[in-house]
Amino acid sequence: MTAKPLADYPLELSGPDAPMVRFRNVTKRYGDLTVLDSLNLDVAEGEMVTIIGPSGSGKTTVLRMLMTLEPIDGGVIYVDGRPLTHMPGQGGLIRADARHLRRERANIGMCFQHFNLFPHMTALENCMEGPVQVLGLSKQDARERGEELLEMVGMADKRDEHPARLSGGQQQRVAIARALAMRPKVMLFDEVTSALDPEVTGEVTSVIRNLVGAHNLTMLMVTHQMGFARDISDRVCFFYDGRIEEQGTPDELFDNPQQERTQQFLSAVNEAF
Amino acid sequence: MIGWRWDFTLSILPRLLEATLNTLLAAGMGYAIAMVLGLIFALGQRTPIKPLTFILREFIEFIRSTPLVLQIFFVFYVGPQFGIRLSPWTAGMIAIGLHYAAYLSEVYRGALNAVPRGQWEAATSLNLSMRQTYGRIIIPQALPHAIAGMGNYLVGIFKDTPMLSVIGVAELMHTANAIGAENYRFLEPFTMVGIIFLVISLPTAALVRLFETWLRRKLGMIR
Amino acid sequence: MQYGPRLLDGAWVSVQQTVLAAGVAIVIALSMGLMRMAPVLPVRWAATVYIEVFRGTSLLVQLYWVFFVLPLFGLTLDKFLAGFLTVGMNLGAYGAELVRGAIRSVPRGQWEAALALNMSPARRMWRIILPQALVVMLPAWGNLMIELLKGTALVALISVADLMFVARQINSSTFLSAQTFGTALILYYVAARFFITPGMRWLERRLGRHLSRTGGTRT
Repeated sequence: MTAKPLADYPLELSGPDAPMVRFRNVTKRYGDLTVLDSLNLDVAEGEMVTIIGPSGSGKTTVLRMLMTLEPIDGGVIYVDGRPLTHMPGQGGLIRADARHLRRERANIGMCFQHFNLFPHMTALENCMEGPVQVLGLSKQDARERGEELLEMVGMADKRDEHPARLSGGQQQRVAIARALAMRPKVMLFDEVTSALDPEVTGEVTSVIRNLVGAHNLTMLMVTHQMGFARDISDRVCFFYDGRIEEQGTPDELFDNPQQERTQQFLSAVNEAF
Repeated sequence: MIGWRWDFTLSILPRLLEATLNTLLAAGMGYAIAMVLGLIFALGQRTPIKPLTFILREFIEFIRSTPLVLQIFFVFYVGPQFGIRLSPWTAGMIAIGLHYAAYLSEVYRGALNAVPRGQWEAATSLNLSMRQTYGRIIIPQALPHAIAGMGNYLVGIFKDTPMLSVIGVAELMHTANAIGAENYRFLEPFTMVGIIFLVISLPTAALVRLFETWLRRKLGMIR
Repeated sequence: MQYGPRLLDGAWVSVQQTVLAAGVAIVIALSMGLMRMAPVLPVRWAATVYIEVFRGTSLLVQLYWVFFVLPLFGLTLDKFLAGFLTVGMNLGAYGAELVRGAIRSVPRGQWEAALALNMSPARRMWRIILPQALVVMLPAWGNLMIELLKGTALVALISVADLMFVARQINSSTFLSAQTFGTALILYYVAARFFITPGMRWLERRLGRHLSRTGGTRT
């Protein structure tokens, strides 16, 4: 189905108030199932936004589409003022081709629930892979950058270990260093503690905590860790059925939820503690 | 009761060994063709072009379900019917190469599918190109899964080379047949052929198993 | 197309060869597979030698050997018999490994339960272990059946008048290679894809119905 070019979307977002990330009327379908329904969401530069909600609410899909892991079915996603999922053409916006995606994708980095480290490379090599292959850094520069980042996440002494010899928490920290090595403007965290034993989630959350506010990094996080989300987020969005049911500052949302569904979700989560 | 004649055996040995080299060459070349072609078949089935994947799948199933010796005849005799004369060697290489390409493509497909989906996603998140993703991330992880199958088919293609004798390729079986017909003695040539096959295929199979273990360890994946 | 009937005659011979070779292969596979697991070392050793020899040399070499060399030792077999016997013995060696693997995959608990019920080893094997091993083996045996079908094509080279033999004959007189060999290929394909594979699946379903109930199924 070749769509005609989108004419009523701007070719770029300009001005001092332009958001770093903008979802405009974004829709995503899997067959008959509509996972995201005309979503509108803005994230300002340097903002830390957490997305919470029941499974199937579309929260992970938001991150995956931003990382271009899934194609979009409707609407446009903008990153850093420029369209990500589309590109200028034919007088409006048309679907982005592979080249455009590769160019714009460079601004975004992601950490996954199951780490996804490359098992045949050491921790340091994992961190060097992107900078050398994609950014064109020399091996020396990439190594320095990698070691610096591993130091920052507390994994410097394990730089020559393969992932198979690292614990879950250690692997996730290396994964964060690997993503940061690409110097993205936007960092995505997809349930990065869900696969970890409860005792070790702290090592990962403290790393993320240290990132907030550093270098103007814009962050989007999907998590079930309510306490952590409350601590570090600038804004929390509650997703239900593919739409933002409610959003606000952590205090607003957690202490004073307005919508019934939000209240139900939060009380169910609290019972789990 | 016919007795084994050692003097005869020794006299035919040089010719048999020379033919063995031919056999190894045939197996090697055929396998090389199959490795490359098989990869093309496997990657071709991963494209979104529906007609292509359909044709490839049916073709591969067809080749795997029909006898190799018949395929060899087909390739060799069909050419002249339409004006193209193929030498026995060329026809043999095409037929055996295609046949084993079909088998290897299944091995490759299984190996590629065995790499967790998350690896592809991590590569995308680091903005690696398709070539980098395949070359540096996916294929190194797929390789150990493929080695066992690839090794089996290497031994298999070697054992299938006698089929080339039916279109006149001067490999081991063909030569033994010729020696037998010339001298009216089949016992020694045919038995030697059997022994030579055993001597080559058994250690090779064992080596393949060792190589697989070594490769796994080297790639740091201690499973 | 007046050669149709001749091709079908050849096809019938191929079918017979396949069925008979399958019978031989099953017997060999069962006996060699069980022998490989015997507590007596020479028995195990004999089975191993058999399996390695038949798997390490090619079927064609074996066929030629049976046809040309055995008579020298006084054993002249009718070529039809020699054909399916050799094919069966060759593929039986591969089948032996399947049998062994399948028997070993039957949970230890089954052996112990049979022992607790004071069953004799033979009865235990026959009524408890083998039926369960059978279900595990069937998919791989499906592939083996197709290999058997393909293997029988080689008996044409010792002058058994099967499908391939007839195809060659017709080809050498008419030189309509594409049609002759093409038709033969299609017949083999039809036999494999539309008879053997569905047949094996049916067998899997029928046997598996009673046996995979106890937490053994993984879909």
